[in-house]
Parts: sequence; structure tokens; C-alpha cells
Amino acid sequence: MAEPVGLFTDTSICIGCKACEVACKEWNQLPGNEPQFRDSFDNTGQLDAQNWRHVKFIERMPEENMTVGNGQAWLMMSDICKHCTHASCLEVCPTHAIVRTEFDSVFIQQEACNGCRACIGACPYGAIGFNEDTGTVHKCTMCYDRLQNNMTPACAKVCPTQSIQFGKLADLKDKADARLATLQRQGNSKAQLYGRDDKIYGGLGAFFLLMDKPEVYGLPDKQNAVLPRRNNAGGYLGALLTAAVALFAGAIALRRNGSPAPEETQTVDRSTDG
Amino acid sequence: MTNHWRDIKNADLILINGANPAEAHPIGFQWFMRAKLDPQRGPGNGGGAKIIHADPRFSRTSAVSDLYLRIRTGTDVAYFGGLINYVLQHDLHHAEYVKHYTNAPLLINKDFNFKDGLFSGYDAATRFYNVTSWGYDLDGSGSPKRDDSLQNPRCVFQLIKKHYERYTPEMVSAITGIPQADFLKVAEMVGEMGRADKVMTIVYAVGLTHHTTGGQLIRSGAVLQLLLGNIGRPGGGMNAERGHANIQGNTDNALSWEILPGYLKTPAPGQKNIDDYVRHSASKKLGEFSWNFFGTNYKKFTVSLLKSWYGNAATKQNDFAFDYLPKIAENASWLTIFDRAMKGQMEGLMLEGMTATSIGPDVSQILEGLSKLKWLVVLDAFPTTSSEFWHAPGMDPAAVQTEVFLLPATHWIEKDGAFTNSGRWVQWKDQVLPPQGEARHDHWIFADLFQRLKLLYQQHGGKFPDPLMHLTMDYANPLRPELDELAQEMNGKDLKSGKRLATFVKLQDDGSTAAGNWLYTGMYPEKGNLAKRRDGVQDIAKNDPTGMGFFPNWAWSWPLNRRVMYNRASADLEGRPWDPKRAGIKWTGEKWVGDVPDYPSKMNPKDPKAWAPFIMNGEGVARLFSNSMSDGPIPEHYEPMESPVKNPLHPDVSSSPVAFLYDKHAGRPDRFGTPDEYPIVATTYRLTEHEHYLTQQVRKLVELQPEPFVELPEGLAQEKGLQTGDMVRVRSKRGKIEVRALVSKRLGPLHVAGKNVWQVGIPIHWGFVGVAAEMYPEKAQHWLVNALTPFVGDANSRTPEFKAFLVQVEKV
Repeated sequence: MAEPVGLFTDTSICIGCKACEVACKEWNQLPGNEPQFRDSFDNTGQLDAQNWRHVKFIERMPEENMTVGNGQAWLMMSDICKHCTHASCLEVCPTHAIVRTEFDSVFIQQEACNGCRACIGACPYGAIGFNEDTGTVHKCTMCYDRLQNNMTPACAKVCPTQSIQFGKLADLKDKADARLATLQRQGNSKAQLYGRDDKIYGGLGAFFLLMDKPEVYGLPDKQNAVLPRRNNAGGYLGALLTAAVALFAGAIALRRNGSPAPEETQTVDRSTDG
Repeated sequence: MTNHWRDIKNADLILINGANPAEAHPIGFQWFMRAKLDPQRGPGNGGGAKIIHADPRFSRTSAVSDLYLRIRTGTDVAYFGGLINYVLQHDLHHAEYVKHYTNAPLLINKDFNFKDGLFSGYDAATRFYNVTSWGYDLDGSGSPKRDDSLQNPRCVFQLIKKHYERYTPEMVSAITGIPQADFLKVAEMVGEMGRADKVMTIVYAVGLTHHTTGGQLIRSGAVLQLLLGNIGRPGGGMNAERGHANIQGNTDNALSWEILPGYLKTPAPGQKNIDDYVRHSASKKLGEFSWNFFGTNYKKFTVSLLKSWYGNAATKQNDFAFDYLPKIAENASWLTIFDRAMKGQMEGLMLEGMTATSIGPDVSQILEGLSKLKWLVVLDAFPTTSSEFWHAPGMDPAAVQTEVFLLPATHWIEKDGAFTNSGRWVQWKDQVLPPQGEARHDHWIFADLFQRLKLLYQQHGGKFPDPLMHLTMDYANPLRPELDELAQEMNGKDLKSGKRLATFVKLQDDGSTAAGNWLYTGMYPEKGNLAKRRDGVQDIAKNDPTGMGFFPNWAWSWPLNRRVMYNRASADLEGRPWDPKRAGIKWTGEKWVGDVPDYPSKMNPKDPKAWAPFIMNGEGVARLFSNSMSDGPIPEHYEPMESPVKNPLHPDVSSSPVAFLYDKHAGRPDRFGTPDEYPIVATTYRLTEHEHYLTQQVRKLVELQPEPFVELPEGLAQEKGLQTGDMVRVRSKRGKIEVRALVSKRLGPLHVAGKNVWQVGIPIHWGFVGVAAEMYPEKAQHWLVNALTPFVGDANSRTPEFKAFLVQVEKV
């Protein structure tokens, strides 16, 4: 397997331009939803089958005339599938359409998705959406096709302030640590990293620097961001066994169908098992 | 920009006024963020800088700034004036720079004065200043008298100091709405920037230009920067962010009525020959240490331009065809064009690269003007609000006499050519897509039209056909000139050898050289098109040898690939950089090194006869006090034409006394509203999701901002019973729009001149064409925001006052 790669989104320098949203749709050929006027500068609303990046705008303006901006008064966060190490979607997918790629990203194989939507209910981040036309679920692929060709994911490529950075996860973690230290030196005591370590779903392939608590952004904190059965060694082993059986059964099912296994299944690394 | 985008990372302090770079220039904004954030570097090395954003609206720029000041729109002269006063009262100016590099020591004419809001020379009947009293007090030899102690009450330094004494923190607060304590906090930070080892940049955009006082709003920032010694230095400057990718190239090449390419003035009636024209147009040398480079070479640039345009028909005998140039008898700015159209004095109009119906102020007047034309030609890639105006919702096509033609033109991605960015970098680009359908390049349409006109003159004759018949079209295919050929023509050549020139210093006034734009001479020398160069970050050590971000072999910037203009002022009198960590240029003992010097490259600064640093000005120094503005030599705060308050400085001369009043002159009824009827201050702007009006056609962008809206402060929304998403009607004296309410704390109350004032913000872009208009055809009739804005412009440039006017808001 290639060295794990990922995305680091530094919300302290996000300017809410939504270039990431547009670039994502252009590259992944997503036609988009019916335009709708919503609130603040957010007319996208949520992550769904058509929106794999979504810039959240959170207004926290004080009443006074002068305001310390510095990324604290008007929070902007370019949200995305977190590519969790302990990925709920991957756990619940009955057809194993959801796999972990050689890049350590979480990927939905459209050919294997039966449209049951279990993953939509399981995802704590609302990152997955159902497409009526295809009858399957969709989410960020971390631009899997671009990764296979040594290209940066579209969102990171276009980000004008480098708020979204792509790279080897280990390098990104170093950058994030340095950036957090700088912000803390500047007195931003609430700034924190989200998903950089394994406290949030075992660590996130798309992790964040936030300017406030995760709840402010509508994200589960580390008390809540764990798969429940991870606290239970027996249950964990049981799940492992079930998963192994399911994988075996799935492989047999594929062979019986006579259809070639999708390329991605060759590289499945159920790192949740380890 | 005096400087350039990448240079912003070199600043210690960034003042942003009348601009929203995070939204309007998101790519360029990376340099602001780097100035602030790069943890590997300290202040002065691209890290630790502070950003102060003064704006009516807390925008996405404010969100990442260190300090945000809620300011009343159109009051930036008071803000900068207050900072000037603070700097001077506390002796924080850069004393050596001010004394040697500005006109601070020069004495002004004894007849000059300023009283009760008026400068000397005012004529109330014509609303004009006679500016003769705004000149220098000259000695017998024609040089300005000077007092190097800066104590003479008639010297510029003392006049400026006295002028801004009135701009106390109390007064600044009363005008702008910024609380005194907050203003003083900023003043302290700005005051630090007069130190030689500190540098500040001021960044602005059309938020300063779109006012009746636009020119002076910008000048007040420039005066502050000169006092702090920050002009000419890396990390400093007075930096205009331009609106289109190529609006700088547009200005340089004179798509404007008052200038020819390269900022040469258009000739005026009565100027009978070139020498007469140069005498009236070029700056005069004032003082023995002034090089007066522009003025001295004005004729060479003019003759070379005429040779480029008229070729062999421009001879010494016919004064290089000077007679062919139109002598423009009166103002012909944008507002004037539509004023004339309304008066029925305009037969036809060709619009390209813009849609008048959307961009003009007071849309109902623009529509009236368009309706009275005989014909209108629109060159565009898509139907626009101008090509479709005659059958727009609310229009009666039968009442429109205009015949409208829409010629499909290519979009810029369908052609190659250069963009000149805000920092004057000319960057060549490739064609991305072939022209779609029957679209043709604008310049091919004009070339074809030109040949047909020529044919008509040949067949039928006509009055004074020479300028048309003799215009050069020396292209491989005169019907289809290549942009590469045009770039070579702009660069110019030696007519004897036929070789392209590498510098405008070689241009001559004897007809032996040609150049379509002297400022671009050197962009395309014999060795090739330098705008195509791309030696950038792939090898930083090699490509940015000084580490200052000049990247001399990336593209090409005018003039002569200089990255920071006036950079002689970045070093002291002996040629040592004010701040060695951030050197612009420095004298080695033999030559100047660093950036391309804005100075003779081998002139020893210690030579007693060395030129003064600002070589383009007649004085050789920068102007704190200038007689080149029509509305005053020192920037003064005047209220917008529509204001909620009387000017606290001089209530009897509240707004600009010289802004041209079109409706009054034309005998049309007054179209200005009063604060009792229209109590709310409004301003307009663009959103990051849009590019001008074209993105109305791009569905993915429409999805990001689907419907027009007005941003309202929470308090005002409560008064009006409004919530986000409600439909509201915004009315001015001139018209109305009906859009959604967006209630936000990002706008708020202002306390101004003893009065509480609300400001609302209205993004422009939407109209009755495009994806959104097709979605909501019944609504789109009232989406043109410029239905609200006033038909009045800056006293100098006549740029319309889009950014400050009065409205009333009500629930629909």
C-alpha cells in the first residue's frame, strides 16, 4: 500500500470562497442541486450526493463596532467526508461497496452499491447522499482517479489560501502541529486540531484545524466520535469475525456472479480490523 | 499598483480600505495571508504582519483580519486624514524621506487658502476651481522656493499639518462612526510605520473610486504613505486592486476618453501642432535636480505612437499626422455618453466587454438613453441585459426605436493574448478552447468593420477620410490580426533596421521609431515575447535572487520589468536601503542592484547633481500637495451627494462643490433623495461567487448564490419586521429593487454626527438574463441594483458614485 495520504483543512485561513465546491463538482462531473436561497452565504446547505465539499458559515459577530477577525468572528469551514480510520459507513455496508483504498481513503464502489442507504444513517458527519438517478450513494472519493495519477485532489488544488492542503498524512500532521503552535502563540487559545490523532474515529484522513470546539461546527467531540463497540473487546472480535465471513461470502458471491471483481477490491485494506 | 501582489507578503501592516480582497481577489489574497501567517518568518520577512480592514460591512476579508473597523461608506478621507493628523501631531513621520523625497519643503503661492470647505479659486456659478493659486511660489529662475527647516507657514509641510489639525479623533469618529478608542488603537499601529525598519501597504479597490470624492479618497491614503516614507519601498505603496483580469491592460492601452495609450493626454481643441500639444500636456521641469523624465520624453512617445498608427503617412512635414488625432472638445466619459443619448444626441453605440444596462448608474436613465439610439451593437459571448433591453420585463418594445444587433464574440478563454494584472505584470496566456459556433474575436470584428468602412470611403468619398485611409494594418491578414502581431506593434521598433526595441529610452521624436504604447516597449524585444516567461517557484533560489519576490524572469511588468515603482525612494540619499532586510534597490558604488531601478542605473547618488528620486514628476519629488486635481490640492472630506448628515467639518459645503451635476445641467428634474425620505445608507459590491455579469450564465456558480439579496443589520430588520428570506423592496429616489432579505450581525448601527445611522449592503450581479432570471422570470424585472444608484460621478474622473447613496427598505 502507498503511504497514507489525506487532506488537512485549516479553517483559520479559509475565506469561504467555495472554489473547492466548484472545482469538486467540475472534476467529478456533479450536476448539482436545484439552486435555492438559504442563509448567510451558504446556499449549498449540506454534504450530499451532489456536494462533496460544503463550506459552512457560522456567524458569531459581537455587537461592538470593532471586531477582532482573525478567523474567530465568522467561522468558515470547508467540510468534507472525513475518511475515518474507524469508518462507520464501511462497517455497516452490507455489500462491501465501501472500501479502503491503497491511499487509505474510504471509497464507495458504485458497481457494488445496492442503494440500501445504511451508510447514510451510519455516517456521523452526514457526508453521504443518495442519488435518485443512479440509485446509489455518493460521497467524496478524495479524487481517487486523480490520486491514481499522482494528482492533487481538485479541492486542494484550487484552494487560493492553501487552507486545504493535500499530502502524506504524516507530513500534514507536522504542518498542522506547527500551525496550531503559531496560533496558540498568537493567543488563539480555542484553536484545536480535529481528527489529527486517533481520538476521533481512530483518526481522520481529512482532518481539520478548528477555531473553536467541534460542537460549534456541528461535529461530534471525542467523547462521542467513537464507534460504540470499540469499547468492547468481545464485540470487537465478533465484528471482526463477522466482517471476515462477510468478506469471504462477498468474494464467493462475486465469483458466482461471474463478474470480475472491481479493481479496488484487490487493494482493500480493512485497516479497521487492525 | 505601485507594487505588486506577491510584494504584499513583505509588509508589516496592511490597511485595506474600499476593498474586499478575500472575496474579490481570492487568488491574490494568498499574499495577505502569507504576510500574516508564515510561521518560519518574523515581521518583515513575510510573517507576523497585521491586517486592518475598514469597511461598512464585515466581509470575508474582515473575518481573517486582525482588526475590523465598521466605517460609514465614503468617509475614508476622514479616516486617513485622522491618521495623517496623528502622525504629524506626534512627529511620527519619516523625517528624512519627507524632507528629501516629497514636496514638503516647497512653498506654495501666497494666494492659496482653504476656508469653510472651499479652496481658493472657487466659482460657485460654474462649480469649478480656477487652480492658478494652487501652484508653487517660484523664484526668479522658475524653481519653487523651499524651506528645508519645514517651518515656513507657506511650505507644503505646514499647510498639510494645518489642514489636518481639524481631523481630531473626535472629528474622525463623528464622520466615520468609528469609536475614538478604536481609531486611536489603529493610529498607534500606523504611527509605528514611519520608522525606517517598518513598512505598511495600503490596498484599495473600487470601494474608494466609486465616490464623488474618489480621487481624493485615494490621494489621502497616498499622502499618509508619503509621510510614513512607504512609497517606493517593497512591502509598501498605494495599491489598487483592479476589477477584471485585464482592466490594468485596458487602462494602459487607453480605452478611455481622456488618454491615449501610455497615459499621454488626448489633444484638446486649439492645439495646432505637436509642440503645442506637448507644451500643454507634458509636465514641466521644476528645479535643477529634476529629471522630469516623462515630460522630457513626451514628444518622443507621441511621435512614435503616431508613426505606429499612421506609418509612412506620418512625416516630419505633416507634423507626424498630428491633425489626424481627434481634439476632444468636452468631457466624453461614460456618464456623458448616456447623458447625450438621453438628450437624443447619440445615433449609435457599440458595447463590448461590458453590459451598460447592468453597470450604469440609474438604470432607468440608461434604458432611456439606449431607447433613443438609432442602433445598438453588442459584442458578447452571451445575450446581455443590453442586447435584450428592448424586450426586458417592464419595457414596451414599441416605445424603443433602437435597432439592436448582437454579434457573437469570443470569450477570453477562446483566444490567446496577455492579461496585465493589478501589479502591472503582463502575462501571456494560451487559447483554451476554439471559438464556439460563429463567434469571432472582437478585434477581428473591428478589423472587418474597418475594411468595410474604408471601402465605403473609397467608393463614395467623404469628409476628411485621411485618418481612416492611412491607418496602418500591417498584419499578415489585415482582416484577422493575431494578438502576437499586436503585441509586437505595441512594443515598437526602429524603423531603419526594422528591429524591435528593448527599451523606450531608444524612442525618438524624428520619426525613426514607432511604438503603439511606450510603456510596453521592452515587452517583446528581438529575443522574444517576455510576457511568456515562466521562471517561477520551480527554482526559487535561482529565479528570485534577492528573495524579495521580484522573480524578474516571470512574465514582464511595465515599465521595463520594474516590480516596484518609484523604487529610488526605497534607499536613502546615499543609496543605502532604508531597511536592509527589505531592499528595493541599493547603490554598490558603481551601479544600482536589486529591482530594475527607477533611476539611471549608473547614476551615483552622492553626485551633487544626482537626480531627485521621483523622476517622472516635474518637481522630482512626490506631491503631498498637488495642483493636478480638479477638486483640491489637499484631500478634504466631503459627504456623498446623498448623505444622512451634513458634513461636520463645514455643513454649508457638505458634499463635493465641483462634482458635475448632469441632471441639473440637462434641465432634468432633480434625482437626489433626502434623508427624511430615504434614511438608510446603502452601498454596493460584488460577491466572490460571481465575475461581473458573465457568471449569470454559469449554473454551478448560480447555485452558490442563486438570488439577489440585501444584507440588513439585525436592528434594522427588527424595526422593519424582517427575517432572512423575506422579500423586501429597496427604494431610492431613482428606482427600486425587490430581493430577499439577508439579516446579519455583520452589519450594524453607526453613530454619526450625533445621529444613529443604518447601513445596508447590496451585491450587484443579477438582472433579467441568465440562469437565475430564467428560473424566476416574474421576479427578475427588479433585480438590477443600479436602478438605485445616482447619476453622478467623481469630480475628476466622473466615475459614478456606486458606493454611497440613500434608500428606504420595506417588506413586500
